[in-house]
Amino acid sequence: MKKIINHKEDVVEEMLQGMVKAHPEYLKRIDDSNVLVRKDAPIKGKVALVSGGGSGHEPAHGGFVGLGMLDGAAAGEVFTSPTPEQILKGIKAVDGGKGVLLIIKNYSGDVMNFEMAAELAQMEGIEVQQVIVNDDVAVEDSTFTVGRRGIAGTIFVHKIAGAAAEKGMDLDDVKRVAEKTIKNVKSMGMSLTPCVVPGVGKPSCEIGEDEMEIGLGIHGEPGIRKEKIKPAREIANILLSNILEDMKLEKDDEVAVMVNGLGGTPLMELYILNREVDNLLNEKGIKIYKTLVGEYMTSLEMAGASISVLKLDDELKQLLDAKADTPAFRIL
Amino acid sequence: MCNSNILIKIIENMGKNIIENKDYLTELDRVIGDADHGINMSKGFSAVDAKLDEMNGKDWGSILKTVAMTLISTVGGASGPLYGTAFLRASTVVDGKMEIDKEDIINMFEQAVEGIKMRGKSDKGDKTILDALIPAFEALKLAYEEGKDTKTAFKMAEEAALEGVEYTKNIIAKKGRASYLGERSIGHQDPGATSTYIMIKSINEVLEQN
Repeated sequence: MKKIINHKEDVVEEMLQGMVKAHPEYLKRIDDSNVLVRKDAPIKGKVALVSGGGSGHEPAHGGFVGLGMLDGAAAGEVFTSPTPEQILKGIKAVDGGKGVLLIIKNYSGDVMNFEMAAELAQMEGIEVQQVIVNDDVAVEDSTFTVGRRGIAGTIFVHKIAGAAAEKGMDLDDVKRVAEKTIKNVKSMGMSLTPCVVPGVGKPSCEIGEDEMEIGLGIHGEPGIRKEKIKPAREIANILLSNILEDMKLEKDDEVAVMVNGLGGTPLMELYILNREVDNLLNEKGIKIYKTLVGEYMTSLEMAGASISVLKLDDELKQLLDAKADTPAFRIL
Repeated sequence: MCNSNILIKIIENMGKNIIENKDYLTELDRVIGDADHGINMSKGFSAVDAKLDEMNGKDWGSILKTVAMTLISTVGGASGPLYGTAFLRASTVVDGKMEIDKEDIINMFEQAVEGIKMRGKSDKGDKTILDALIPAFEALKLAYEEGKDTKTAFKMAEEAALEGVEYTKNIIAKKGRASYLGERSIGHQDPGATSTYIMIKSINEVLEQN
């Protein structure tokens, strides 16, 4: 294992310190916690959004804390959910009196710990609702999940629910658009190499030199199948076919597309993949309203990419276009 | 019928027994999980032990809530939220009470069972805590319905919990990390059901002495 770290036990702590030092104009850290919140939190009279999960997926989720997206993000150990106590600290720090929406990726540990935190917050009189993102069409049940996993499509939920909250919608309405986004977004990924959790020191799985794994999870948990590596166009076709089969898009439907790098893939390759995605969607007569290419939801140093497609309507378009200003996502 | 001093004695005894069984629980977990159940539970109950003094003279609800919050913040993994939820839910039905009766005991138990079911999205037969807790609750309720006293009712609950622990050896794990083993989990005793049995046994030991 070769990594730029000091001690493997300190990676999350030192990363959080580094993040705040890099983005002091956006972020502050809640004392005695692994929670990052907006510099100006709590914002009175606004519904607050809290997300989080295991570390190792940066910039998710702390990188999306800021205007028009998240109010707070709780970071757990690498690939391990934050504890209810940590999440509760986040909820209390951002509550502006209009309630808090938790955005949870669908992993058993995350769901259990976030729901526990919600219950504790409610006992303290804070109104809390939650949504669970399950955009990954690759597998139904996995080693970490009952049902589908939550992956990069979560960023669209942050963006759209964040815009709704910023616009002044109430908690029920913010939850409604978050749920609409979850219903409309589907994703799938593929990997060329596994990742190495610092505390473990060994690769999460094996992928042969000439192989790729379709649908590998963002923690290295098994996907659908391994197969010989193929050209970008065919990779795009495999992932998109699975996504579109699940979405039932029609000609002239409008979508937002995200081509997300998993941590170890050059931007050059992500752009090449995006070119293919764009061509394939055009061939089907599907209109691309917005494209995002970059690293949004990573898996340490894993090489590979995921594609997310979000079906849009007028409301979602407007919220997607709204201003957002965070360390890792800006629409100005 | 039962004042809150006895609850503090029960909590103290649970801690003592969990900590004594740390290696045993961890060994059970090593075979089918991630080898941390005993370590995590001991960590949690050591933290609870440190708060016993401040629990003195408090009502049942406050004591149980303190136990819940302490376990939630120190145990980690799935056991933290699960046991935390059990104590937290139980605390809500005896809020402000210095003395409790049979009905309160049934309510607390029922809340604990329902809380764990909800939090873990699981039920009897999944090879979890619930395989000891649900039979124990059912035995307790039946004993009360038959007019037995609290000591006898808990004796029967303990026996049912132990049977539940034995039963976990024969079934496939459907929840938690053990579920990745599928059929290979058969033959192994569930660590969560075992820690639940130890806690119910701890209640009994205190009742016997009082």
